[in-house]
Amino acid sequence: MNLEREGDYITLSMGPHHPATHGVLRLEVTTDGEVIRACKPDIGYLHRSIEKIGECLEWYQFVPYTDRVDYVCSMNSNHAWVCAVETLLASSEETRLAIPERAEYIRILFAELNRISSHMVGLGSMTMDMGAFTPFLHALSQREFINDIFEKTCGARLTYNYMCVGGLVRDLHAGAENEIRAMLEGLEKAMIDFNRLISSNNIFKARLAGVAAVSAEDAVSYGLVGPNLRGSGVDFDLRRDKPYGLYERFRFDVPVGKAYAGADGRLGDCYDRYVVRLLEVLESIRICRQALDQMPPASGVEDDPVGGWCVAKAAQKALRKPPVGEVYFRCENPRGETGYHIVSDGTKFPYRIKIRTGSFTAMSIFEKLVPGLMIADLVALIGSFDIVLPEVDR
Amino acid sequence: MALSFDAIFAKVQVRFPAAGAGSAPNGARWIEVQPSEALGVATFLKGDPALSFDSLCCLSGIDLLRFPALQKDGPSSDALVCAYDLHSLEHRHEVRVKVFASRTRPEVPSVESVWGVAGYFEREIFDLLGVEFPGHHDLRRILTPQDWVGHPLRKDYVYPEAYAGVELKREGQTFESGPYK
Repeated sequence: MNLEREGDYITLSMGPHHPATHGVLRLEVTTDGEVIRACKPDIGYLHRSIEKIGECLEWYQFVPYTDRVDYVCSMNSNHAWVCAVETLLASSEETRLAIPERAEYIRILFAELNRISSHMVGLGSMTMDMGAFTPFLHALSQREFINDIFEKTCGARLTYNYMCVGGLVRDLHAGAENEIRAMLEGLEKAMIDFNRLISSNNIFKARLAGVAAVSAEDAVSYGLVGPNLRGSGVDFDLRRDKPYGLYERFRFDVPVGKAYAGADGRLGDCYDRYVVRLLEVLESIRICRQALDQMPPASGVEDDPVGGWCVAKAAQKALRKPPVGEVYFRCENPRGETGYHIVSDGTKFPYRIKIRTGSFTAMSIFEKLVPGLMIADLVALIGSFDIVLPEVDR
Repeated sequence: MALSFDAIFAKVQVRFPAAGAGSAPNGARWIEVQPSEALGVATFLKGDPALSFDSLCCLSGIDLLRFPALQKDGPSSDALVCAYDLHSLEHRHEVRVKVFASRTRPEVPSVESVWGVAGYFEREIFDLLGVEFPGHHDLRRILTPQDWVGHPLRKDYVYPEAYAGVELKREGQTFESGPYK
């Protein structure tokens, strides 16, 4: 076939079963040889109508479903949901909950640990998409140590169901603080090794530098959030700029993209998004250490306002008759802003739950960004956006 | 400079006198806009230098059919609502805008030209709530299959008994009562 001639386009289905699409994502690509001329994402293969299910469940019953919205960072999904419900409850004096301080610290500690493990999956699978298998194993082996800690505390390695409205299901297991400190030491060393192993690798860099650069303006308009937004040089992080929980007590930097790849790189290219994730892991380690330092010791009393872990009775009472109204709560998850828009009609069932996820909005830029890329670059783009399909389809 | 809700609303009302302010019992506040003015208000909110709402955080559709508490303030009692949660990265302020579409002919102009991400949000609302968005470049179902019948997030949605030849109903099960209560 003469591919020089216009009109020799072939329309191909990339996915839904394709290792580089990170799940069941189908991309309808119109190719001109190796160059893509048009791309239409087809999503919905994993749609489980979680929003509709939520309308049939009582408020506290929805937590396990948030695990499954984004199973790579279940803790963060839990965190976003419980914070949203607690914000709704806080709008009335009668239902306001005083979350124990220790519970708030553990929430942040676990959210950051889960952010690290999620970025490990993101970074690891991105290197694997680029043809390097060893860094993937390094990243996933570190993730196992984090999962071990989660498993000891809450009994699960993937879908934790650990946070609840009012606090946590249970306190940290005995000796967890020291285990986490030791694990963070090893993790930091492993991240430095990971960085030395792959970040400056010429092939890896050449595959990512200057590829699929997103301008800051486009990133904002197309709803890119989190590391993808910061990769384009937009300095915005909800943990710093609109702090929730106790985040205002923490000191950390917000890494942003600045054409890290050097001469070949462009601001907002795939390499920038990669570097931003890498640096974010180090910042999360900093936050975890501060959380361990600042955390009040366990008191052993469940609803102790300082050293307790849950005000379960008050939460159950409040959730029977929550305030009427609505709340849109934004939370900084590994894949960016996760927003819960919840509407309450004053009964024990939510009236409407809308989940806004970073991966869903990231898909919206594909139609604009992909034309002109090579097929292999599309794989780099999907990897650098770190999309998780259950979060796209919900 | 970050503006308060009242200041933002005042600016919108100068330009669009028909816009109203709504509130929920829990203190949530929003600007109410007629569908015919939605695109104009969206363009104004993004373009005005003192407002510059450059990001559309969330666009959610809400069916008010069984929601007595919010119906007092709304222009129609069974409306399908599009709620736009906007944020300005420059001024770091937020606002919620609501457009009430009538149930008989739910049409809200697309704001895709203002915020690129709206295209996907609008497809989702079209799919799950059945609101049409004239001006959208590719308004198709997005989460459910293209041949799905009905809009699942509507409160009067009838659960299908079969899809593509597969029974969805177990023996003795009824969906008439709706969600488990």
